Amino acid sequence: MPIVLATENLDKRFGGIVAANDVSLQVEHGARHALIGPNGAGKTTLINLLTGVLKPTAGRIRLDGRDITELKPHERVRLGIARTFQINQLFADLTPLETLGVAISERQGSGRDWWRLAGSKKGVVEESIELIERFHLADVMSERTAILPYGKQRLLEIALAFACRPRVLLLDEPAAGVPEAERHEILATVAALPKDVTVLLIEHDMDLVFSFADRISVLVNGALLTEGAPEAIARDPNVRAVYLGEAIDA
Amino acid sequence: MLTILFDGIAYGMLLFVLACGLAVTLGLMNFVNLAHGAFAMTGGYAAFIAVNRFGVPFLLGLPIAFLASALLGIILERTLYVHVYRKSHLDQVLFSIGLVFMAVAAVDYIMGSSQVFIDVPDYLKGQFNVFGVGIGKYRLLIIVICGLLTAALQFVLSYTRFGSRLRASVDDARVARGLGINVNAVFAATFAVGSGLAGLGGALGVEILGLDPYFPLKFMIYFLIVVTVGGTSSITGPFVASTLLGVADVAGKYYVPKLGTFAIYTVMIVVLIWRPQGLFARGSAK
Amino acid sequence: MSATPLNTPDVARLVMSRARWRFSEIVFWIAALATIFLVPSRHLILTEIAILGLFALSLDLILGYAGIISLGQAAFFGFGAYCAGLLATHQLVTEPVLALALAGAATAALGFVTSFLVLRGSDLTRIMVTLGIALILRELANRFDGLTGGADGLQGVTIEPLFGLFRFDMFGHTAYAYSLAVLFVLFLLARRIVNSPFGLSLRAVKGNPLRASAVGISVNGRMVAIYTIAAGYAGVAGALLTQTAQFASLDMFSFERSADVLLMLIIGGTGYLYGGIIGALIFKLMQDWLASMTPQYWQFWIGLVLVAIVIIGRERLEQLRGAIRKRILRLRPQKHAA
Repeated sequence: MPIVLATENLDKRFGGIVAANDVSLQVEHGARHALIGPNGAGKTTLINLLTGVLKPTAGRIRLDGRDITELKPHERVRLGIARTFQINQLFADLTPLETLGVAISERQGSGRDWWRLAGSKKGVVEESIELIERFHLADVMSERTAILPYGKQRLLEIALAFACRPRVLLLDEPAAGVPEAERHEILATVAALPKDVTVLLIEHDMDLVFSFADRISVLVNGALLTEGAPEAIARDPNVRAVYLGEAIDA
Repeated sequence: MLTILFDGIAYGMLLFVLACGLAVTLGLMNFVNLAHGAFAMTGGYAAFIAVNRFGVPFLLGLPIAFLASALLGIILERTLYVHVYRKSHLDQVLFSIGLVFMAVAAVDYIMGSSQVFIDVPDYLKGQFNVFGVGIGKYRLLIIVICGLLTAALQFVLSYTRFGSRLRASVDDARVARGLGINVNAVFAATFAVGSGLAGLGGALGVEILGLDPYFPLKFMIYFLIVVTVGGTSSITGPFVASTLLGVADVAGKYYVPKLGTFAIYTVMIVVLIWRPQGLFARGSAK
Repeated sequence: MSATPLNTPDVARLVMSRARWRFSEIVFWIAALATIFLVPSRHLILTEIAILGLFALSLDLILGYAGIISLGQAAFFGFGAYCAGLLATHQLVTEPVLALALAGAATAALGFVTSFLVLRGSDLTRIMVTLGIALILRELANRFDGLTGGADGLQGVTIEPLFGLFRFDMFGHTAYAYSLAVLFVLFLLARRIVNSPFGLSLRAVKGNPLRASAVGISVNGRMVAIYTIAAGYAGVAGALLTQTAQFASLDMFSFERSADVLLMLIIGGTGYLYGGIIGALIFKLMQDWLASMTPQYWQFWIGLVLVAIVIIGRERLEQLRGAIRKRILRLRPQKHAA
């Protein structure tokens, strides 16, 4: 399988703190790749580097072999990297329908149209409906996002990233903080993502990781400790040491 | 040449004393207080009334100005400002503009709209020569007073208990509260001292800057320049910024009067774009 | 809409519902039109209100829809005013509507250039930069007094009949109809813009710039665009004032003007386009009334209103406006679920 996303010797320092240390990660096309590691290992920092929210101190990032290290976040989205956030980052005053419409219009290149009414383009509306249904948002689609139940917001968070039609989808703890009752809906949605979308998942929940991922990388103190198939990782004594040193939380 | 430099430094130090209170409100409480000039104006008029109407000696008028402004500062801080600290910047802007408008109209109503001057005693008039440099006595007084104040401020902030409490509150108000520091009291005291200093500066500045009801509006931008260009992380930044501003303004008006204040605003914008945290910000946070 | 499958036309209508004309809006504009015929004696002040309403609308575009606090919107107002004045005094373009459009376009160009200065930094930096730009322009207008008349203002602005047909009369009837028409047309345009995909993306940018860029929106691009448009609007407002008052002066750039327009917008409310117009109406009537009681000191009361608004809280003012709007909506002929 070809490599879609790769980092080469990625470094990120905040003053004296090393948040990413010589990370060279390769993600294969269509992979279900999980990134695990104890709290503070630098997982979210890595996502922020991949999406361009942070600039690396050193190293390169490649998408399909193309160097994207210098590109701005929105330019990377157009090339096919989308993400969700660990803490919901939504548009509080917009409805789910409008929220998805913004992302879809943008991707279809009509996000700057100022002379038509929003909602007047059939393609955008049809795709919004598709996403609304796929992510079980039909019952709340015209409510203000701010007042949605947390589980629905979490679904919208993923739907919004998915609306960018990413080739690589970065999921930052998609089930974090979701009550048990709504959890199943989210896990099922994540599992049902199309196979040609490459997924890089950050997660603390080991059940989810081992049921979902076909490849796992372990990040400790900003550096890659090891990488392999789930069975190999489960057996790896070094990984066990890291996780036994710190009780596996949630 | 050196006379201009001297005048510029005097002017700059005056600006520093006027603006340092604002540096604290902005840095400490992240509060955009456009009404800072109103406290300076209060001090100016307090001194004017004391000296010209009641014949108080000029040098005694200065502490009166300080007290009047500090008192007004603490009253407004406790009654009004406390409600606005946590509001958005837009609210702070609206609130403080409102205060400025009220102050301008109120002073206009009470004192009249024409410019006033304080009777300066004879021993402060005129100038003397040192190695061919004309030294204005009044400006020398400004430099001495403002220099002493700056040194005192630096001392208080760096070496006293109050200073360390203030710095703790600046760094993280929540942690400071957790350590048992009464952050509200620190805020109030600091606000009062800042206002008082502005008032003192306002009184000292009557002779140089003039004083009329529009003072808070006219000099608002100067105070803001000092603080934003100097940064709010230390007292040195605003000090250097105000000195530079003073020298540049005086020299500019002398050598290229056609340019006016144009150059100053342009430099300000360039600096703000180049270093949004101020020229002398701690650790260049890009 | 729970169990039944969603169909495209219904959902499209749902998305577009925000843009539908409300009954109260139609009443608003009919009332505005009626003032042309019903209160001819008040046309001078109504002209001012229409112009200030347009000016406040320009500020709403950047504050209400992009979240940029500007204390220097008068920069664009003044620039547009002097553009229109110079076009007229030098007989470059004498047709009022064309001159107005040119002044607006020139101001939009200035807005475009200066927009890059407000992209970076915090609220405070933006306040300072916008304030600084207005001060610089004022200073320039003051220095180049050969061109602008300096502190005396730009005298001798004469304005040709509108479309070569309607002369500007001294009672301001033509001026009012003209100003109101310009306000209406630009309002329609603004209404279209904010309800477009572009407008929706602006609300996304304002709501959460981090996420907006994470769905592929160029946050800076949107800011530049709306800032430019808003500058153009302010420029047209300034140009209208020059044309109808046949005079331009330095105080058009003043801080007080920037502050006043901010107050108008805050009184009327941000983010629904009518706020600026309603605010301008209230502001001007209040000013008129207060000035008749205490001619010189009405600024005190303006300041008091500002302080009171903040202390009481803008949220509460918003609730009050919401209640009033609901009452007006209740007057609608047919029932409609909000």
